[in-house]
Amino acid sequence: MTTTAPIPPITDSATVAVPIDEAFRVFTGEVDAWWPHQFHIGAAEVEEVVLEPRVDGRWYERGVDGTECDWGRVLVWDPPHRLVLTWQINGSWQFDPDPAHASEIEVRFTASGPAETVVDVEHGSFERLVGGGTINDAIRGGGGWVFLLDGFGAVVAGRS
Amino acid sequence: MTAYGDAGLGLLGDPTRRAIFELLARGPLSVQQLADRLPISRPAVSQHLRVLKDGGLVDSHAEGTRRIYRLDQAGVTALRAWLDGVWADALTGFQKVAETPPPEPRQETP
Repeated sequence: MTTTAPIPPITDSATVAVPIDEAFRVFTGEVDAWWPHQFHIGAAEVEEVVLEPRVDGRWYERGVDGTECDWGRVLVWDPPHRLVLTWQINGSWQFDPDPAHASEIEVRFTASGPAETVVDVEHGSFERLVGGGTINDAIRGGGGWVFLLDGFGAVVAGRS
Repeated sequence: MTAYGDAGLGLLGDPTRRAIFELLARGPLSVQQLADRLPISRPAVSQHLRVLKDGGLVDSHAEGTRRIYRLDQAGVTALRAWLDGVWADALTGFQKVAETPPPEPRQETP
């Protein structure tokens, strides 16, 4: 039931032919443009992926039906070098608001030339996520795998 | 160590298996229900399910005469395997967007 073994992190990297400032700006400010919208958690198709550009900012998807589904929080905001996000979708594929149960995504930007940047992503601490012991109940509970967070559900107003 | 990597790339590298996995992430389904939602035959679905089951990403139980599949109870492993593919694709997307010259300023609609 309990997973004690550490789960290896996911590491990946991309080299982009743009200056470091631009790489950071696109990664954070244009996440909606590059995050593949088919990868999402909420029941509705994704309208927009949002990353709030500050420490403790939210990282979430907004569905075409206006519902929002949190993915995590910004822990470190250090442009243009480093960004740390949490991923708080647990083994039941639900958002877990407890920071002790958060996996972490560290993104490092390194200038490898005046117009070239290496972006390293390490997504780890998976063992902190609570496992899927209740996945069955959660999924069968009705409405499926929806964890539309009413508590967080203030729709970003004023945008059209 | 490599088991996780294999799980991600090997099991979910196949687009159909990933589609099955993502459908199951939304809720348990029978083989027939999966086949109804995918452009492949029921035997093909069964074959992919067997691979996913052997890899520990899904499990199944009988409900009456039907067999219902769902993501494995050890959900973190399944989640991690899913994210492995997500990050690979996401970074490819990031690279494309970052290296695309900025578009002309968009005209505001009046």
